Amino acid sequence: MTRKSKIMDIEQAISKIKDGDRIMVGGFGLRGCPDDLIDALVATNRKDLTIISNDLGSPAIGLGKLLSNGQVKELIGNFYNWNPDVADAKNAGNIKVTLIPQGSFAESIRAGGCGIPAYFTLASAGTELGNGKETREFNGKKYVLENALTADVALIKAAKADELGNLVYCKSARNFNPAMATAAKYTIAQVGEIVPAGNIDPETVITPHIFVNAIVKGVQ
Amino acid sequence: MVNLTKDEVSARIAKNIASLFNEAEDITFINLGVGIPTQVSNYINNDNVFIQAENGMLGVGPIAEGNDIHPELINAGRQPVKETPGCSYMDSSTSFGMIRGGHIDATVIGAFEVDQCGNVSNWIIPGGKMLGVGGAMDLVVGANKVIIAMTHTSKGKPKLIKECILPVTGYGEVDVVVTELGMFFFEDGRVILKKIAPEIDIDYLRTVTGFEFEVSHELNIMEP
Repeated sequence: MTRKSKIMDIEQAISKIKDGDRIMVGGFGLRGCPDDLIDALVATNRKDLTIISNDLGSPAIGLGKLLSNGQVKELIGNFYNWNPDVADAKNAGNIKVTLIPQGSFAESIRAGGCGIPAYFTLASAGTELGNGKETREFNGKKYVLENALTADVALIKAAKADELGNLVYCKSARNFNPAMATAAKYTIAQVGEIVPAGNIDPETVITPHIFVNAIVKGVQ
Repeated sequence: MVNLTKDEVSARIAKNIASLFNEAEDITFINLGVGIPTQVSNYINNDNVFIQAENGMLGVGPIAEGNDIHPELINAGRQPVKETPGCSYMDSSTSFGMIRGGHIDATVIGAFEVDQCGNVSNWIIPGGKMLGVGGAMDLVVGANKVIIAMTHTSKGKPKLIKECILPVTGYGEVDVVVTELGMFFFEDGRVILKKIAPEIDIDYLRTVTGFEFEVSHELNIMEP
């Protein structure tokens, strides 16, 4: 039997997303952000989405478009200072926002992808963000319990894929993308280039293709 | 009184923090926060020092300009930066593993307030437009030393105070505070002034500092 291809057009890939889904989106400060996939998601008008991402781009730029278009119900992330629309929407009671320290946010996604339901960390212990979280003492210090994060769909960006879905990234655009690829039921990778299997040195693969469900050739 | 422009204040703070690293004889890894901390790299002249950015880079180079700007390469403050020979990239969870795992020797961060117990508030002003914590809470508990770079006062009010009023980022984590007026070291529950600005005396410094501090027997003058 010939192998099933993961390479598909963007609308076909994005059609996996339903109203109310939890969606992880890669990127940090607009780098490594899958802009084509976001634009396609905006075009679907899917509603009540929970977006799990480091930040929300800038007002009406990158992930900011989803908020401007009224598609967001909840945000889980850590740094919305670059998009003041988020504070406005939260203060107006239009969306729920959960802040998690950036390192815990990254680790929760990593844990979610490798079957660890929760872990302890020092970050946020005793602070407002640690309020209500279970604590335990290790070596004389109080740690908080952080739960893993998982999602229905992950939208990620990589520099290059082979036709199987092995991925390599570009510089600081890597950020949250590799961990998010592991933590969703369905991962869509927007890539700049698609090469035949065998054309990426196996030693340099960052995301093995087991974590990738759909490959979309990006234009942005 | 000290009459320095905003740029002169930033430069003085950054220069004096860099002096803490310029004598390092061992390989030293530091993480620099947004704002004045980023400027510290301008004054580091020690090949033993490597800069980590929490968005996934070890060996961060200087700010990139013009043709040197790469569209996918920024530091954690979203500024385009250059690579250094031997630099590497890693994903965010590995980057914070470095931080949380105690592999980063020092973090330099800004602050709204620091109190006499070494507590620091730097992540949110309630009711404001800024809604974010970033990596601050991970950095203050993970890095081996926490160095605060901040102006001594804000709108004439001390930022070094008895007890933090704003939401705290980390408790008892501060090791050094460097302002344009002095360098304060937090050691075993004591706050010790080790360097003072060239223009002022200790009596003046006490009038603009919100907590009591000891003065080192070997008090030095800050780099101007």
